[in-house]
Amino acid sequence: MIRFENVGLRYGLGREVLSDLSFDVRPKSFQFLTGPSGAGKTSLLRLMLMSIRPTRGLVHVFGREASTIRPDQMPILRRKIGVVFQDFRLLNHLTTFENVALPLQVRGKMEADYRQDVKDLLDWVGLGHRMHVLPPVLSGGEKQRAAIARALIDQPDILLADEPTGNVDPPLAARLLRLFIELHRSGTSVIIATHDLGLMDQFDARRLVLNSGRLQIYE
Amino acid sequence: MNDPRNSPLDRTQSNTAPAGAGKPTADPGKGADGGAGAKAPVRPLKSGMSIVPSETIAGTALVFVIGIMAFLACLTLGAVSLINSSANQWQSDISREVTIQIRPSDEVGMEDAIKQASRIALSFAGVSRVEALDDDATVRLLEPWLGTGLQLSELPVPRILTVTLAADAKPDFEGMRSRLESDVPGSSLDDHRAWVDRLTTMAWTMVAIGTAIFLLVMAATVTTVIFATRGAMAGNKDVVEVLHFVGADGRFIAAQFQKHFLVLGLKGALCGAVAAIFLFLVLGVWSSQSLATPEGDQISALFGTFSLSWSGYFGMLLVMVFVSVMTAMTSSWTVRSQVNLLQDYRRAS
Ligand SMILES: Nc1ncnc2c1ncn2[C@@H]1O[C@H](COP(=O)(O)OP(=O)(O)OP(=O)(O)O)[C@@H](O)[C@H]1O
Ligand SMILES: [Mg+2]
Repeated sequence: MIRFENVGLRYGLGREVLSDLSFDVRPKSFQFLTGPSGAGKTSLLRLMLMSIRPTRGLVHVFGREASTIRPDQMPILRRKIGVVFQDFRLLNHLTTFENVALPLQVRGKMEADYRQDVKDLLDWVGLGHRMHVLPPVLSGGEKQRAAIARALIDQPDILLADEPTGNVDPPLAARLLRLFIELHRSGTSVIIATHDLGLMDQFDARRLVLNSGRLQIYE
Repeated sequence: MNDPRNSPLDRTQSNTAPAGAGKPTADPGKGADGGAGAKAPVRPLKSGMSIVPSETIAGTALVFVIGIMAFLACLTLGAVSLINSSANQWQSDISREVTIQIRPSDEVGMEDAIKQASRIALSFAGVSRVEALDDDATVRLLEPWLGTGLQLSELPVPRILTVTLAADAKPDFEGMRSRLESDVPGSSLDDHRAWVDRLTTMAWTMVAIGTAIFLLVMAATVTTVIFATRGAMAGNKDVVEVLHFVGADGRFIAAQFQKHFLVLGLKGALCGAVAAIFLFLVLGVWSSQSLATPEGDQISALFGTFSLSWSGYFGMLLVMVFVSVMTAMTSSWTVRSQVNLLQDYRRAS
């Protein structure tokens, strides 16, 4: 699904944030990405999302070397990748329902067809009673769940989640983790960046550990 | 919170379940879609906002600029069409008549010369009538220069014969001219060709100038719309980015902006065109009222009676449609090219 070959990254002329990463994300796999704050977890996810380019090395996504992908093919690939941003990136002028439905709307689906699915998912993440409010009045944890719902709604082939449980209490985190595991069982490759050790202990999975730019993998 | 179902991702289950089954009963979100069972106040699921909110686009300024541009374009079109139709009018008036001028000479009497010239002119095919300007008319013609109480017989005044041609006739003017010169001393034929040529040139020059102005105005409009679109995109950077990450293609993103720009273009173009049409109507009324005055005469000599033909007004409506469609297309094209840059991995920082 995703393969990194000797990838190095630096921002501008700064130090190398990531150096010499080589690893695979296999289809239908589940992994945690962890490491101290500032270790480069978000940067690594952005590389996978192809929103930034490595300074060195090659990134392959869905079997294609990223720099060979034409701009007009990019949306097709992006539709197979669900993302939960660390800063949520909800659109503040749209309701929670509309935010979560956005990926479907963008794919040209009719609201009548997806309305029930969106409501079900919102119910499940505990936002059933908040779906007609605008994000600015949501709490941090509610925003986070909306962002997760938006990433999951179209059952992507790859899910990249950046600190998806950073703003919720442990029981809710466990519940969200169950959602990710469910998604993984239905065939999605899941990558969860987190530094919540408690969360990782709840599910035995591969761990990618970043430390001063290097990656260690615990299968 | 403690939903008994396995997961909402299990679509096969949730879709086949009867509506509302397995849902928490106290969920205030239920039925919020304005559908069935609307006893409680219905809260809309949708914000009613478009993905790109119209408030984020500097619309008023753009409507203003597009309005001015459409006004100028319509004005140009109207002026060109007025000048063109008066030029055509003159041309057909002039080319249906030629004149023979006879200067008094010592050899022949004026009356004989006039008869002789009329006979010669009528002998050519295509000439339907020859009429000498009678004494009264000649006196009236000369009045502004020579004053009243003129005795024509006392003065060596040249006489004019108007030769009316049959419609679409092209008599042999060269032959007529040479016969007149040899048989009637002091006579000359003026077929107004120089005038017609000059008129044609002028009409074409006007059309060319009008077209140039029109193109310049359109270029200015396109440029303005490009800048406005870029501004709108910069103002909606977050929205564009999110759309991009959830898999929107250039067409979808462009459509979100195009919607607004079509409306803005329509508004502006409508105002501009209506203003121009109104101006022409007012000028038409004014010029028909002041037709008798010398100023009115001079203006109507150039522009006719300011009565724009229906095709002129129709042209302005076309300009309006054209301006608004072009606004929408320009903005769409701008968004797509910007999105293409955003989606280009080779440009990713
Ligand atoms: N756009 C940027 N420009 C310059 N430096 C950056 C940029 N983004 C991140 N960095 C730097 O790169 C390093 C890694 O950042 P990154 O956000 O990937 O860390 P992280 O592991 O996600 O941290 P956290 O756990 O706090 O989210 C940090 O030192 C950060 O300062
Ligand atoms: Mg981070």
